[in-house]
Amino acid sequence: MQALSFNNIGMTFPDGTEALTGIDFSIDRGEFVTVVGPSGCGKSTLLKIASGLLKQTVGEVDVDRDHIGYVFQDATLLHWRTVMGNVELFAELHGIPKAERRRLATEAIQLVGLTGFENNYPKSLSGGMKMRASLARTLTLSPPVFLFDEPFGAVDEITREHLNEETQLLFQREGFAGLFITHSISEAVFMSTRVLVMSARPGRIVAEFNVPFEYPRQPDLRFDPEFARLSGEVSRELRGSHS
Amino acid sequence: MIAPDPEPLSVGRSQPLSLDDAPVVIAGPGRAKSLSLNILPPLALGTLILGAWYFVSYQLLEEKRRFLLEPPHAVLKVGFLDWDNFSEILRGLRSSTKVAIIGLFIAIVLGLALAVIMSQSKLFERAIFPYMVTLQAIPILAIVPLIAFWFGTGQKSRVVVCVIISLFPIIVNTLFGLQSAERGMHDLFTLHSANRATRLRKLNFPAALPAIFAGLRISAGLSVIGAIVGDFFFGRGDVGIGQMLRKYANNLDGEQLLAAVIMSSVLGVTVFLLFGWIQNRAIGKWYDPSGT
Repeated sequence: MQALSFNNIGMTFPDGTEALTGIDFSIDRGEFVTVVGPSGCGKSTLLKIASGLLKQTVGEVDVDRDHIGYVFQDATLLHWRTVMGNVELFAELHGIPKAERRRLATEAIQLVGLTGFENNYPKSLSGGMKMRASLARTLTLSPPVFLFDEPFGAVDEITREHLNEETQLLFQREGFAGLFITHSISEAVFMSTRVLVMSARPGRIVAEFNVPFEYPRQPDLRFDPEFARLSGEVSRELRGSHS
Repeated sequence: MIAPDPEPLSVGRSQPLSLDDAPVVIAGPGRAKSLSLNILPPLALGTLILGAWYFVSYQLLEEKRRFLLEPPHAVLKVGFLDWDNFSEILRGLRSSTKVAIIGLFIAIVLGLALAVIMSQSKLFERAIFPYMVTLQAIPILAIVPLIAFWFGTGQKSRVVVCVIISLFPIIVNTLFGLQSAERGMHDLFTLHSANRATRLRKLNFPAALPAIFAGLRISAGLSVIGAIVGDFFFGRGDVGIGQMLRKYANNLDGEQLLAAVIMSSVLGVTVFLLFGWIQNRAIGKWYDPSGT
């Protein structure tokens, strides 16, 4: 079932910068698609268009915007709210009664492994824990479409790998349609069912790779020869897209 | 705080995912070290100031001109240990404190309301801001005569002086705070279709609290100055510390004058510390001044 589709999307900013051109792909529920591309190629712009934060200048986006989960580059936690208060926020904005949103938040907090930290304020959390809280906040509404804007770029390598593993487990459990933006080829291949390579600005999709590995994916998959071969192919395309 | 050890990965709501990284433990310096760092420098400087004070009183001033700066022990004896004198200063201080509190309260209500309206309407902000800056730029002593014309020389005029002098920092800080929420946070609220009132209540206002408290601390000190300046200038009605300063100066009562000055300063510092304490109680749990 198609959950998100970009139909010939183009984006030119008011200052004349052409960020995207001819973006045409769709994502079904149960698909996890990652877009890799050079810095400034318009990857984040694509997510903002999908969510409605930006309006494209050309083409159509087909998605139910009332049910989108968006995980930003920064955890964007409200400093004055505890982990529980932050995770309850979206349910609160949607008018869900207090008892129900507390139940949803407790469940999401447990799912991301933050049980015991419900009453902590963001200033006492590490970068990885903040991202988990951010993920939990988005999970409370069980969105059928999840947008990830390079969410693990600011954490260290080991934490990033853990978060990658946990995110693909969440994907397998929840079955949402995922659109993930990253610079990391390893991250892209490890988590996705499909990897799209974007060219330098104006961004367009120049290559597409299906990732054949079964879920749940184990950490050792990263040492598999097939994983290395596929990563190499994505890398070659990415280098080609730079030139 | 100790973070749990990493657990094996598994799928299912009953099995939490692993927790690989530890929470941030905010550690401060040792208590003794902190005390010595906080207390010793001002104590040393205070001792130096007292020494310089004695030097000026006894070495630079002749005896007949010593009223210009009476030595510290004379100020202590006449201004503080003589109950008749000290109780007079306390009565004046009480009157000025009352004026400062009323003026500050009005300035807070007015300042917060104006800042909220300005944050919600660019047009209103553009219209009113130049006049706020102009009002702030006029020396308070220059408009005190006008205030006397319009409101008389009683308690009301002193309150007006307090409001005028303490309003600007509240408006500027609150407005800055209301506009300080990060873009990403606004995007979150936009994605979930939050209306303006919800955004103000759940995002802008809490995000503004540190700036609001910074403004309140400045304004609280200014309201004390306003109460004393108003009382000093108008010189009528309930006797405040300003009228006493004038009387002691006219009578060349150097010890009482210095005692009154010190007590005025104590009032200002007390108000500043009080608002610092309220700030700590209100936002200390979550506010990180380093912004990390």
